Amino acid sequence: LSRIGDELYLEPTESGLSLRAVNSSRSAFASFLFAPFFFQRYEAGGPQADTELFRCKVLMKSFLGVFRSLPSLEKTVGKCLILLKPQASRLVVQLHCKYGVTKTHNLAFQECERLQAVFDTQHCASSLRAPARVLAEAVVHFPQTLAEVTLEAGPGGKISLRNYVEDEAERSKMMVTELCLAEDEFQTVAVAPGSCITFCLKEFRVSPCRGPPSQHQVTPQPLLNLLFVPQGLLAFAEASNLPLTIHYDVPGRPVIFTLDDAVLEVHLVLATLSDTESNLQPPTANGMSHLPAPSDDFADDLESYMIAMETSAYEEGSGVPPSPTFPLHTPRAAESDPEEEEEEEEEEDEGAVPGTPPHKKVWDGHRGAWGQGDGHSPLLTPHLSPQFRSLFFGSVLTPGGPGLAPTQEVLAEDSDGEY
Amino acid sequence: MPLSAPPPASGQPYLLSASLDNARHLSSLLRAVHFQDHATCFATANGLRVTVEDAKCIQANAFIQAEIFQEFAVQEESVTFRINLSVLLDCLTIFGTSSLPGITTALRMCYRGYGYPLMLFLEEGGVVTVCKINTQEPDELLDFDFCSTKVVNKIILQSEGLREAFAELDMTSEVLQITMSPDKPYFRLSTFGNAGSAHLDYPRDSDLMEAFHCNQTQTNRYKISLLKPSTKALALSCKVSIRTDAQGFLSLQYMIRNEDGQICFVEYYCCPDEDITEAEL
Repeated sequence: LSRIGDELYLEPTESGLSLRAVNSSRSAFASFLFAPFFFQRYEAGGPQADTELFRCKVLMKSFLGVFRSLPSLEKTVGKCLILLKPQASRLVVQLHCKYGVTKTHNLAFQECERLQAVFDTQHCASSLRAPARVLAEAVVHFPQTLAEVTLEAGPGGKISLRNYVEDEAERSKMMVTELCLAEDEFQTVAVAPGSCITFCLKEFRVSPCRGPPSQHQVTPQPLLNLLFVPQGLLAFAEASNLPLTIHYDVPGRPVIFTLDDAVLEVHLVLATLSDTESNLQPPTANGMSHLPAPSDDFADDLESYMIAMETSAYEEGSGVPPSPTFPLHTPRAAESDPEEEEEEEEEEDEGAVPGTPPHKKVWDGHRGAWGQGDGHSPLLTPHLSPQFRSLFFGSVLTPGGPGLAPTQEVLAEDSDGEY
Repeated sequence: MPLSAPPPASGQPYLLSASLDNARHLSSLLRAVHFQDHATCFATANGLRVTVEDAKCIQANAFIQAEIFQEFAVQEESVTFRINLSVLLDCLTIFGTSSLPGITTALRMCYRGYGYPLMLFLEEGGVVTVCKINTQEPDELLDFDFCSTKVVNKIILQSEGLREAFAELDMTSEVLQITMSPDKPYFRLSTFGNAGSAHLDYPRDSDLMEAFHCNQTQTNRYKISLLKPSTKALALSCKVSIRTDAQGFLSLQYMIRNEDGQICFVEYYCCPDEDITEAEL
């Protein structure tokens, strides 16, 4: 999580402790939900039954500082206690170590809105599931500095990964690596033929070092792994021996990597490149009625990605139904552009997606369209360049919940006043 | 193999002359107190003491007793001079700092007296290096007047338990607060940094605790930047004794075992920080 954002959002819920992070450009989001069984003891909410569940965020650096030396922690720490004390404005993390030594950290936190990314695995046209090892081994072939990777479901059940090259002109000068995986390497394959997505790989590198095997005990170990294994989700999955599932749809729609087992649910949501090359068909009826006829490259951009965090998967009555209810969004037409690259990498979103694509687009609320930062109409931009789409994060208040008003955090510019 | 230095021209023996088969016995100890460039050397028949001070608040002493040396002779009751410790360490480690088994640097140290440089003869593998380091007027040193009768609280811990704690101290905190008490929390190290506060508690019945003699609850704060260098001494040591007196002065004594199993001591004395405010618990 530390690879994604600078702040760690903690939200204790009835169904477990959720830790989340988002990157600064809002194009990558991850959440880890630890079920109550993961812990020896789990109490969410105060002594009064009707106390609203508290959520907060802490500086990632501060939280990581508590668990600074992972190797020695594994040997010396027996028990880890995490307490949220709103009255004292402190998040208390207490480590019970060898020799009876107790380390207590009182971290300052900030109250915050729920951090939610809007996504829905149910609505993804394709999904793939494979042991993390398969994907880790695939990724290792790509150069360390690779920025974007394309995942494609080719003919004959071949799933390929290749590095994404922006310009045709560059293709001849650059080394292109392509790796194909046979369908049978995957546990589940349900892909739209010819589908492909591209997403940013840059900080998602898997380092060759493997993490320690997970013990699935109720010890700080897996928690520490998640915080510290610098390689990211993929290595975490490998270490935990869990398969990764990749849900993807059309280019521009986010790709979702999920990992789950009995006590943990992990979601990693990454923005994908919306393909702006010529054969992109504008989606039909995508509800962006305010938009003037888009040129191809903005077709996807015109969709509003109100990606509501799919807490509905593990949160009852959250009020956020699986199907996105954001007004401007309708499910994409099933036709997927052949150019759409589906990223099949279940990579751990280790780092922030580099935020600034060549032509930075800003959602222009008034026009309901993507505009250039400087206000020029995007539609007039002559040359097509793929843009990464930002995941919009809604600051969603739980219906019925009072919400933490004064510190309302604007997580995304939004044209539609989604609250 | 012992080096023999030429006797001084005047025929008088050197005020201080010492031989050491393994210069590391000296250099590692000096490194444990090396937080300032200059040090005062004080030699008596008992051995050598090297003192480093900072900010009139902290003093570190490294003791290398005469028995550690193969030869140690002091002509007067005591010999004192000030010297550049960084240069001295560079010279002592002139053949490199990596310790290959069986290869040691032999040292002979000679000092003629006031105004003369300290001469070092270092030999390793047949190669001899001669160093002359200028000496200076010794500074007046702080006297913490810390004697055992004034000690209020005393704890002896195995260094193993403290090493990681000291190495990981939250340096964004300005102070290190030490609480020693006959009641809970017995022995607590606290920092108050940017992220929040952190407390490290050692119970009195911990396996790490070799001795626990606390008579009074005391909480004192010390500037963390001054105490941080003591981490070097802690890393070398096997045991540390932590004592405070009625005024809150802190004494840290580190027992260090060298490569040959001989015992040496390094101690740190520190003044409490002036602005003492309520500790955040």
